[in-house]
Amino acid sequence: MILFDLGLAVLVLGVAAWTIAAREMFSAVVGYVAYGLLLAIVWVRLYAPDVALTEAAIGSGVTGVLLVVASKRLSLLPQADAPPGRGLKRAAAALSVLVAGVLAAAVLTLPDPAPSLAPEADRELAATGLGNAVTAVLIAYRSFDTMLEKVVLVLAVVGVWSVAPDRFWGGRPAPLGPPRPDAALVFLARVLAPIGIVIGVQMFWVGADEPGGAFQGGAILAAMAMIVMMARLTEPPRIDSGRLRLALIAGPAVFLVVGLAGPLMAGSFFAYPAGFAKPLILFIEGFMVLSIAVTLPLLVAGPPSRKGEE
Amino acid sequence: MNDVLLTAAGIILMTVAAGLVRVLDGPREVDRMMAVQLLGTGGIAALLLAASATEVAGVENVALGLALLSSFASVAFVTASPGTAKRARAGER
Amino acid sequence: MSVLLGLFSLVAIGAGVFFFVAGTLALLRFPDSLSRLHALTKADNLGLGLVVLGLLPRAGSPLAALKLIVLWAIVQLSSATVAQLIGGALRRQDAAE
Repeated sequence: MILFDLGLAVLVLGVAAWTIAAREMFSAVVGYVAYGLLLAIVWVRLYAPDVALTEAAIGSGVTGVLLVVASKRLSLLPQADAPPGRGLKRAAAALSVLVAGVLAAAVLTLPDPAPSLAPEADRELAATGLGNAVTAVLIAYRSFDTMLEKVVLVLAVVGVWSVAPDRFWGGRPAPLGPPRPDAALVFLARVLAPIGIVIGVQMFWVGADEPGGAFQGGAILAAMAMIVMMARLTEPPRIDSGRLRLALIAGPAVFLVVGLAGPLMAGSFFAYPAGFAKPLILFIEGFMVLSIAVTLPLLVAGPPSRKGEE
Repeated sequence: MNDVLLTAAGIILMTVAAGLVRVLDGPREVDRMMAVQLLGTGGIAALLLAASATEVAGVENVALGLALLSSFASVAFVTASPGTAKRARAGER
Repeated sequence: MSVLLGLFSLVAIGAGVFFFVAGTLALLRFPDSLSRLHALTKADNLGLGLVVLGLLPRAGSPLAALKLIVLWAIVQLSSATVAQLIGGALRRQDAAE
């Protein structure tokens, strides 16, 4: 087993180095997708299936598509061929080395055994009614952080939209697929999307007790929305749609409302009433799944670039 | 038996990882994409074997997630290749 | 019976490993992209299919076995589509050149 782990570690580092050294944008993107796949296997080896699921769903379903589409769109720009200047490269390298160095220092100076809150998290698990400690940490123990992370996702969409030219404001993002998609792709989208929706919802639902959860489920649903758009069975929505914006903020908004009701129900901000925690957690998570499933495809689709018919 | 399964998982993973040389070499973008596709399938097989050998809960769900999404990067690659994107822009102006 | 099933698992998984090795070798050694695509689909379909087949007797419950089969069917569907799409893209590229 140690041989397997060593091989895996060498492989991950090798692919990472190759991704940095690649001269063409597209090769780097492909290397990064491979890196994500390997990372998912690393997380499994570290007994963190929840993280592995997230990496698998985000890495191959969302960022893979995002980067491939971005590199293809960038390569259409005339100035894309010009490599970044030496100054920019050096600045990027310095920043990366700094971040990696601080992280390495933090890991290397950990006392042995490393401090852990895992026993405490496990001990209080019964109070939440959940079986999966990871979900308990995310939605109960540090719920405020999780809520803010979802706000960050909404801000990311606002950031993407903010680069839209004024004349297209309120319109649709560019289509994700070709004008006349291959019949095989249309077939794949028609068959895969319903299966994926079932699996996505199931991953959210079992997340209470087993590896899985709102983010993993939402990411898979988002990927299904993307394949339907890539096959041109549906178009990216107009960004001024009221329902779209409601779905976008539903997760953090419901989370915040429940958190604000905490002082009345349970005596403290973001506290859940005893015995009623699990239904409340699933209620919040349901809306979070919706928001995540809407947010990620919008990030991939990009800013609106056409007026779009009504 | 479990050792055999883990060894098989290791061989498959290391083999398809060797295929990543195609990502280095290309020569065409398609070849790079195919190497990643193979890595995805090999990763799924390795995960299933490891899941059966070690019985860590949820590993087969990771494999299921990967299976569902393994084709996405390749699909994006084909649907967003510059030729089609150019045609899309020309057609929809 | 269980010895036979164990043997069956070993043979199927061994064959699966073989197809992964063969597919990778072909991906590395075959001269052009279309032949490499042909090799890739073999590893995708047969390699994973045989591994799944070998793991079926070891599945804890009928539902777990069904999950394995569904997983393989999903990979079949998407890898066949990807092969089709990549083949089409190759043909268009070659026609353009």
